[in-house]
Order: sequence, then C-alpha cells, then structure tokens
Amino acid sequence: MEKIIEVKEISFSYNNGDNNIFENISFSINKGDVLCILGPNGTGKTTLLKCLNGLQDIKSGEILLNGKNLKSMPFPEISKLVGYIAQGHVSTFPFSVIDVVLMGRSPYISLTDSPMEKDFKIAERSLKDLGILDMRDRPYTTLSGGEKQLVFLARVLTQEPKLLILDEPTSHLDFGNQIRLLELIENLSKKGLAIIMSSHFPDHTFLGSNKVAILKNKNFIALGDPLNVITKDNLKKAYDIDIELIEVSKSRKVCVPLRCDISVEFDNLAK
Amino acid sequence: MKIWNKYVTISVLILLPIFLFFLSFLLGRFPISPLEVILTLLSPINSNFTVSPAISSIVFNIRLPRIIAAMLVGASLAIAGAAFQGIFKNPLVSSDILGVSAGSGFGACLAILLAAGNWMIQIFAFLFGLISVLITYLISKTYKTGGILVLVLSGVAISAFFNALISGAKFIADPYDKLPQITYWLMGSLSSINLDKLLVIIIPIFSGIFVLLLLRWRLNVLAMGDEEAQSLGVNPQKFRAILIIACTLLTAAAVSVSGIIGWVGLLIPHICRMIVGPDHKKLLPACLSIGASFLLLIDNVSRTAIAIEVPIGILTAIIGVPVFLYLLRRGYSQWS
Repeated sequence: MEKIIEVKEISFSYNNGDNNIFENISFSINKGDVLCILGPNGTGKTTLLKCLNGLQDIKSGEILLNGKNLKSMPFPEISKLVGYIAQGHVSTFPFSVIDVVLMGRSPYISLTDSPMEKDFKIAERSLKDLGILDMRDRPYTTLSGGEKQLVFLARVLTQEPKLLILDEPTSHLDFGNQIRLLELIENLSKKGLAIIMSSHFPDHTFLGSNKVAILKNKNFIALGDPLNVITKDNLKKAYDIDIELIEVSKSRKVCVPLRCDISVEFDNLAK
Repeated sequence: MKIWNKYVTISVLILLPIFLFFLSFLLGRFPISPLEVILTLLSPINSNFTVSPAISSIVFNIRLPRIIAAMLVGASLAIAGAAFQGIFKNPLVSSDILGVSAGSGFGACLAILLAAGNWMIQIFAFLFGLISVLITYLISKTYKTGGILVLVLSGVAISAFFNALISGAKFIADPYDKLPQITYWLMGSLSSINLDKLLVIIIPIFSGIFVLLLLRWRLNVLAMGDEEAQSLGVNPQKFRAILIIACTLLTAAAVSVSGIIGWVGLLIPHICRMIVGPDHKKLLPACLSIGASFLLLIDNVSRTAIAIEVPIGILTAIIGVPVFLYLLRRGYSQWS
C-alpha cells in the first residue's frame, strides 16, 4: 500500500513550552484510508490536524508526507499534496464561488501570475463533480453553511491533493447534509484520496471511515477500525458519560448518550 | 448582455482618466482652447506646431505637473488602500493604517520648523512615512502571536504617537509664519507641485504600483486569512511584508507631495468593489483608474471653484463622505 502520511512519535506544545498538548502520537495513512479523530472539546484535535500540514510546528517527532519530511518542504509543495478545510471560516469579502475555488490553483501558479484557462477548467470540473456548477458566479458569502462547505470542498479538490484534512466537516450541517457530506468523503476515498477528519459524532465513523482514533489526555486512547474502537468502554473514557450503542445494521451503530443528571442551582434565576 | 457589460466597464475605466486628463488642461484662470491644448502637447514631438510661449509654459510647467501629480496621488492612495484592506481582511482600513500619514505629517512639520525648503519638506515627509511604518512593523514582530491584529494595533498606536508630535510641533510653531504653513500642509494640497517634485516620486510610485499589480491575484488568497493562505501554499508573513513595502512606498511618496489627503484610500476601493467586485485581479486596476480620476476631479474643483485654493483634504471628505454614505445605502447586501 502507498503510504501518504506517516506520523512518528510527534509531540506539540504552544511556544515550545513544557505543557504538551499531545505527545508521542504515531500513525500512518494509506491511499484510500479515511481516519476519523474523535475526542472531547479542547483535547487538541484541531492542533493535531494543523500539525499534519505544517500550519503548526511540532516540538518533536517526525511527519513524512509521501515519504518526505514535512519540515523540509516549502509551503507550495505541501499544499500540492494536502488540502485543508478549517472549521469556522470567517469571511470578509464577497468573492464569487469561482474565485474562491480558483484559489485552490494557488500552489501551481507562480507568484506573479494569475489563473489561466486550464485552471478555470479544473476549478469548474470540481464544481461540476460536486453538483454546484450553478453557483459559479454567486458571492460565496450568501450561501448556506452546507453550500459553503461544498465550495470549500471544491476548492481543496482543485488543489489536486493526495490527502484531505477536514476539521469537523459536518459541524453546522443539517441531518441530511451531514450524511450527504460523509458519503461524498467516502466516494473521494474510493477515488484514491486519503482523508483525515475530526468529528464530534462517534456514529459518523460507521459511515465511510475505516480507521478511528480517540484523542484524550495527550494521546490516542484507541486506534483501529470503527467496530473495535467505538465501544461503550472507550466512549465512556472519552466523554466521561455513559453511552448506549444500538446496532442499526451489520456494520452500523448509533451512539446514544445517556442522561448524566447534573443538578445545578441557578441562584440568580431562583426567584 | 453580460459580456457586453464587461466590455463597457473596461472601456469606461480606461477612457475616464484619459478624458479627464485632457479636460483638466482647459480648466483654470487662463483660458486655453482644446485645440491649443492638443497642439501644445504635440509640439515637443512635432516642431511644425507652433504655440505661444505663454500657453506652452502654462501647459507644461503648471497644469501638466499638477494633473499628473493629482492622478498619481489618487491612484496610489486608492490602490494602496485596496491592498491594505485585502492584507488586513478588513474593509475599514485605508492607506494610512500603519502610520504613514501621521509619520509623514510629522516629518513635514519638522522640516517646516527647521525652516527647511520645499524640497526638504518633501524628503522629510517621505522618509518619516517610511520610518513610522518600519517602527510599526518592528513592534508587531516582537509579539509572537496575534498576527495582523497586532500589526493594525501597532499602526494605530504609532499614528497616535506621531499625531501627538504633530500637535506638539503646532504648539511650538510660530503662529504667524510656520503654523499656517503646517496647517495648510496637513490639509493636503497640490498647489506647490512642480516638475522636479514630480520626478522624485515617480520611481517609488511606479515601482509600488508595478509590484501590487504583479501580485494582485495572490492577494485574494491572503484575504482569506493567514491559515487558509498557508494551506494554499502562500507564506503569509513574507507575502504580507512585500505588499506592505509596496503600499508604504506608494503612500509615503503620495503624501510627501500632496500632504495628508484622507478618504481616497478608504472610499475608492469600496466604490471599485461595487463596480468590478471584490476579486483583486480586477479591483486593483479599477482603483488606479477611479482613484486617479477622483482626485483629479477634486483637484480641479480645488483650484477653480473659488478665488483661493481650497485644500484637497477638505474637499475629499466633503465630497467623499456623502458619496460613500449613498453607496453604503445602496450596495452592501452581500456583506455580512
């Protein structure tokens, strides 16, 4: 199998301080793999994802992208291999959808040039693949959350990468769009893309992911295929709450968090 | 229909400044006819056209430098304003955000206080404009995190600092002689322009514009934020530094001959965005055209409206603010 990214014993702390966000994490992802990273809020999922394409510098360890050390690669070279969609994009200027998608060609265009006919073709192809070619000239700021997510997906596809890193791609999407996006991701992996994403929904790992990791207390407390990792025990460890697993079909379960009966006195409201 | 619209827009953007350029020769105390203007302008390349020395002198020594200066200053402030808005992801900033204007203003005050000549005032203004941005940039570099917010805040702080020094300079200036000169300079005017002054600013202005035009598409990527830019292969810090150098050269050069002219760097980019959209590939050239046309128009009003010259800085605000508010009311449905 072709290893797209290999992560060896990496640790990270802000400003290289002593307080590690995570330490000694290792894993590797092959062509066509979908790795979903779960974990409670603030556990460092986003930071880990940012380390994988060089947005944050690791403190120790090594990341190999396509066999090459990430540290030695210039930004354009990384972005030809890795497409990244952050969570919570803040928009300023109402660029048209095609302009946003064309930005995906940036690593291939020299600093003083702008997109050519060929780049437009690739960008339009991505829009067409995702079924949003009709949005081509609309300002992306007027789109709904789900539509925007598709535009950003079109942009990373226009980068023609080998690895997609998606930070909570399903957050802010409605029920239907969540599933549609997960199936899109599954289809992309079948075309040979490797995908690493983070999520707050353990169920989602049964839809297309072939690997799951749970990040908690600076390390993966579990890593493996969804059926083995998504267990009552592991989820309890991850979220400190009891979770019921219900089997829907042979390879799909849903996770139902049980009540934890917090009792709080809202003194200010008790009138 | 849409293609047609596009060509109309492009034609207007190209023809408007050219038309205003020729029109502006006709305006002024001394009447010159259109034919005389054309003959005079052609006379250096074709000696068959004979024109009176008086008209030739007015056209070449008085009106031509002033027209070109107005266009260059307007174009510079507008394109630098648009670039800064992109660099800082903020449609509210303008060309003086990093302290150029305040720094230049203080440089000019200092030169006036030292009773230096016109020439030194321009050089001082230019250099202090560059210095103030350099200080802003270096201060922001001492903070590890924060990025563009720290840079903007440093700019605000340095502006405030130099504005205080300007006030100090006014306070100690001779109220009969130097204070009016300082006040007049700070309100912005092109009345003292001549060919020599113009030649000094041509190199920084053309190199600044050249760099911004070359890099304009990539500015789109930077305007999406540092992280997104980096994930798209752009080194945001380095790229921003190059753009800031270009914008600072432009603004400092412009302010050094014109004094402080507000509003152009904020207003023109917004007007242009309404005409051609936010794509910097189209926006920056449009800013050159509309910026040059706008300031030329304002300067024509400044030198012809009433018997004395009205400082341009006053007119840009008086004319610019209502236009801006009107456009704001009409145009911003896509902005969230």
